[in-house]
Amino acid sequence: MTAERSPAAAELNSDPATEPDPDVDTLHAAVSDSPRPPRPSAVSASLTFGWRALLKIKHVPEQLFDVTVFPIMFLLLFTYLFGGALAGSTSAYLQELLPGILAMTVVFITIYTGVTLNDDIDEGVFDRFRTMPVWQPSVIVGALLGDAVRYTIASTMVIGLGLLLGFRPDGGAIGVVSAVALLLVFSFSLSWIWTALGFIMRTPESLMGVSMLILFPLTFISNVFVDPRTMPGWLETFVSINPVSHLVTAMRGLMHGTATAGDVVIVLGLSAVFVVIFGPATMYLFHAQQ
Amino acid sequence: MTERASPTNAADRERNSSAGATSTVSTHNGAASVTGDRQRDRSARGTTDGTDPTDTATTAQTATETERERPLAIETTGLVKHFGETKAVDGIDLAIPAGGIYGLLGPNGAGKTTVIRMLATLLQPDAGTARVFGHDVATDGDAVRRRVSMTGQFASVDEDLTGRENLVLLARLLGYSRAQAAERTSELIDAFGLTEASTRQVKTYSGGMRRRLDIAASIVVTPDLLFLDEPTTGLDPRNRNQVWDIIRALVANGTTVLLTTQYLDEADQLADRIAVIDEGRIIAEGTPGELKASVGSGVLSVRLHDAERRDAARDVLASVLDAPVELESDPAALSARIEDPDRVTQALDALAESRIEVSEFTLGQPSLDEFFLEVTDRSTRSDADRDTPTGDGTRQEGAK
Repeated sequence: MTAERSPAAAELNSDPATEPDPDVDTLHAAVSDSPRPPRPSAVSASLTFGWRALLKIKHVPEQLFDVTVFPIMFLLLFTYLFGGALAGSTSAYLQELLPGILAMTVVFITIYTGVTLNDDIDEGVFDRFRTMPVWQPSVIVGALLGDAVRYTIASTMVIGLGLLLGFRPDGGAIGVVSAVALLLVFSFSLSWIWTALGFIMRTPESLMGVSMLILFPLTFISNVFVDPRTMPGWLETFVSINPVSHLVTAMRGLMHGTATAGDVVIVLGLSAVFVVIFGPATMYLFHAQQ
Repeated sequence: MTERASPTNAADRERNSSAGATSTVSTHNGAASVTGDRQRDRSARGTTDGTDPTDTATTAQTATETERERPLAIETTGLVKHFGETKAVDGIDLAIPAGGIYGLLGPNGAGKTTVIRMLATLLQPDAGTARVFGHDVATDGDAVRRRVSMTGQFASVDEDLTGRENLVLLARLLGYSRAQAAERTSELIDAFGLTEASTRQVKTYSGGMRRRLDIAASIVVTPDLLFLDEPTTGLDPRNRNQVWDIIRALVANGTTVLLTTQYLDEADQLADRIAVIDEGRIIAEGTPGELKASVGSGVLSVRLHDAERRDAARDVLASVLDAPVELESDPAALSARIEDPDRVTQALDALAESRIEVSEFTLGQPSLDEFFLEVTDRSTRSDADRDTPTGDGTRQEGAK
């Protein structure tokens, strides 16, 4: 490439009437025609956007606060506050609670996907991406891939602390890892709701408000903390159709080695439904965005 | 109009081939004269670069022929965009040939940015069609995106990342390998004078640095068509000149530039042709010379030795020139719009006869400022027949 540019620069230098200052010389070389490289694949573009998300974590490490401090706080709080009363002992409760807390914290931090997107749109950098000849959904897929890293960090924190506190998964390392993998798939899919909302809501604050309104019932009215059989019938019905309950059931099963294929398939099916509905909705809003 | 057509075109040609207009402007605007030499410099360099200097002038005169011969960089017909009740863009027709700089000039809220956003595939038009190098922006967005690049009004780079990371990111997205992306980034950073700042987060950049990074980000792969939305708004003169240099370098290399600006000076300095937009419509179109000529052939400015004689001088000038004479804020200066340049010598003779001493006089084309105020004023006054004024007149003139 350098070889192709140098003739142009030489030609400029050869003109004695207009002895350029060095800056102009490099400027002309830099703007001279460079061949357009082949269009990157969808995967490569998505990974590049994922790299961007990681760079943002590097430059603004404060944003890891919610994936480190929150899970620790939740786990300690609920284990020691409710453990004795609900399960007889804190260590017995921890075995049931940990997969649920893990699901809850990660599902909660999926909100930030939408908030980040909303910020990008405000900043104008999004306009640049939208005028580039790349696979258009890669902006969002990449951001979600970056988020997966954050989810992994949160999961590591919760499980690490849990093991210290006496969490003993019967499913072993394989069970724990597959539970986390299932959680990542579910969160990735759920995030498309927030990306769609990220285009609809005008400010990050209003987006946070709406997301909380959806997430509080989804996480608390579930089987994360207590056995739903103790609840009134109507509430039990809600809990039994709540996607988060299905996720927690499957994760508990995987971690303790009692999961059935059905448990996992339901979660994967729900994830697919989220992507199929909110993926195209996000892309529609992406194109309609003004 | 017809009488004026030929001198205007001649003046134009001169402007395009080297530097005619710049010197004219400097008689009106002290600040502009500073850049006069620089522009001459660039134009000359453009010539050595192999760019045919008559190219742009020819384009301006034969716009209608060109339409048939080669694909236009931009072609819109009846472009409309509403935002709720407001018609941001209200039937814009553009036919912009490839090469050179085309200026969209208008006040804030005139619809310039909306036009650019539609052309860059960021907004769907509500009515009308827009084609970029023959590709419809509504149905063939991907083909359009392959040819264009955009620098928005607000810095469209990631503030959290460093300048270098921003450029590498874009280079990777455009398909460069890791090594190529690093090489291209270094080249751009050096050329745009960002070497020192390249490893700092963009949020720490000054306005000028940010704008340069923004433009660098737009030309990682040299685009065929570059949209520049108010590229120098908020920049100091030094940074503005740097941005102008960059734009001229790009054009010398063959990129077509569509520039929006609210600065008449900038449109005059850079653009080969200008469309004046107000309230979503084009109210005038032509070369800077044509637009200026459409508000009168020139202005005579006189500065007297003795400020006390100004009223007397005004009476003399008014009777000889048969035109209104304006008193300037300088107590010794006055100026008059002139239709017939021959009368200028008579007017100066008449002043001498009346023993009014003249310390300085200049004769020049009206500034684009005067033009701008005149046409926007005209368009608001005659809302009913706003399609008929200068717009059509200058366009016919341009076609000759």
